Amino acid sequence: MFDLRELYQEVILDHSKSPRNYGRPANANCQAHGDNPLCGDRLTVYLNVQDGVVKEIAFEGSGCAISMASASLMTEAVRGKTEVEARGLFKRFHSLVTEAEPADADDTGALDKLTVFAGVREFPIRVKCATLPWHTFTGALDRRVDMISTE
Amino acid sequence: MSATADVLRSSRNGPETAAFDVWRVREDFPILKQKIYDRPLVFLDSAASAQKPRVVIEAIRYRYAAEYANIHRGVYYLSQRTTQAFEDARTKVQRFLNAREAREIVFVRGATEAINLVAQSYGRTFFGEGDEIVLSTMEHHSNIVPWQMLREQKGVVLRVAPINDAGELLLEEYEKLLGPKTKLVAITHCSNALGTITPLPEVIRLAHDRGIRVLVDGCQAVPHLKVDVQELDCDFYVFSGHKLYGPSGIGVLYGKAELLEAMPPYQGGGEMIISVTFEKTEYNAIPYKFEAGTPHITGAIGLGTAIDYVTALGTERIAAHEQAVLAHATERLKEINSLRLIGTAEHKVSILSFTINDVHPHDVGTILDREGIAVRAGHHCAQPVMERFGAPATVRASFGLYNTTEEADVLVTGIRKVLEIFG
Ligand SMILES: Cc1ncc(COP(=O)(O)O)c(C=O)c1O
Repeated sequence: MFDLRELYQEVILDHSKSPRNYGRPANANCQAHGDNPLCGDRLTVYLNVQDGVVKEIAFEGSGCAISMASASLMTEAVRGKTEVEARGLFKRFHSLVTEAEPADADDTGALDKLTVFAGVREFPIRVKCATLPWHTFTGALDRRVDMISTE
Repeated sequence: MSATADVLRSSRNGPETAAFDVWRVREDFPILKQKIYDRPLVFLDSAASAQKPRVVIEAIRYRYAAEYANIHRGVYYLSQRTTQAFEDARTKVQRFLNAREAREIVFVRGATEAINLVAQSYGRTFFGEGDEIVLSTMEHHSNIVPWQMLREQKGVVLRVAPINDAGELLLEEYEKLLGPKTKLVAITHCSNALGTITPLPEVIRLAHDRGIRVLVDGCQAVPHLKVDVQELDCDFYVFSGHKLYGPSGIGVLYGKAELLEAMPPYQGGGEMIISVTFEKTEYNAIPYKFEAGTPHITGAIGLGTAIDYVTALGTERIAAHEQAVLAHATERLKEINSLRLIGTAEHKVSILSFTINDVHPHDVGTILDREGIAVRAGHHCAQPVMERFGAPATVRASFGLYNTTEEADVLVTGIRKVLEIFG
């Protein structure tokens, strides 16, 4: 049971049962939709980005506990961060959930609460559940960049 | 001494009289002995693909090690022996389904290819704009998408027969869908997501009364039920070998001879021709007309052995054992208040689909996996029926001939662990 508790930590269960920043903010200026057909996880991430800063972030969707908790904790982690900081955080998060020895293990402080997802590493097929919200988030950022570049 | 050999010996007294000893039978399946995360494997996903008995593994090994060559081509010994074994397998399938003739049995890759073959060969030739095909809500995607592709090509119309809250076909509603434009009913024998057994005799009679052809998807039926295509009088019957304890990559299309003869080839190539010049090609007779290219030779032979295996155990005795396990598992799952069974038809094969409160099926699957229990979590390639029950995904435990009531109890213990963690 030890390894399962490692995956399903209290923080994860709490966020999956009562996700933070759930909904669609009125002032969203970009969004993206993400699907994980294997699990049936699906979510939409809404952003309000101004001057390269994530001012507002929220999400809607449904899925397994890992994906919902990851989305919820992600919204808390990236709100108020610059785009560059947020993308850097995803990089570290990705390494946390996929690599036996995360690239910058000494720097996990920056991941803060997100370190509760370290257990996902032991469950390779669940990695996508944890990273889907982040891929969707960066997808929303990319799309906005596209929009800007075509203007 | 394997259980089959035992059964074969005792079959002198009639196989139906000997008791079904599941512990003996389990000895025939090498894979079941292993531990997963230090716990005995509890394999409850045979509806996705069944495990293989030693005789099947051995038949394939023997074929490659001792007696292998391409078929229908060589004048030499090994080719003749292999051809003989391949055609014997066809005869075994014919007897298994009680088809009239062996030439009514076409070897294909699986049920999916069989349905695509009928859609592209029969459907594309004989159906036109506005012709209707009736399906049911319970179809696997492989009995939906090929017809949608035909809709793109020929403008046929798809109509869907609904089910009730137990997951049973609504026969009156089904009958209402059968009209002058209906050309085909394509329906599952048993639902892979719910376990429901379709009342085929009525379904087929209602269609035939109106001159409508019927294709039956038998994937989930052949491992559990005695199937007699002449008694059913269906026009096409399809199934996959890998769910019947045989190899993957081999499956069967049964079609009435007169229908197969009227149909154009599905694919072109070797084996399906009598003579080829650049001006004109003369097609081979059925079933070879539909078997272009070198087939899955050892797959067909392995499937023949799998059929020998289940036949020796006795289809009725397998069914009785599985129904006992199903009844026990159903009772035990009903003890869990937060569990919702999806698919509660009166007549079912040994498949149990369920959801647990707000716990996502994939979380359930992960937790059960750590208990050594293999279940399927997801939409089971049957999204329309999932939607019908408002559950985008379920956990599915399916029981094969080697599963025990004790394993059903392990499942219940596993589910209690899920509830403990998700509290
Ligand atoms: C009812 C049913 N039909 C069709 C199929 C498709 O079988 P295959 O993937 O072997 O072609 C399946 C397998 O999942 C099934 O359960």
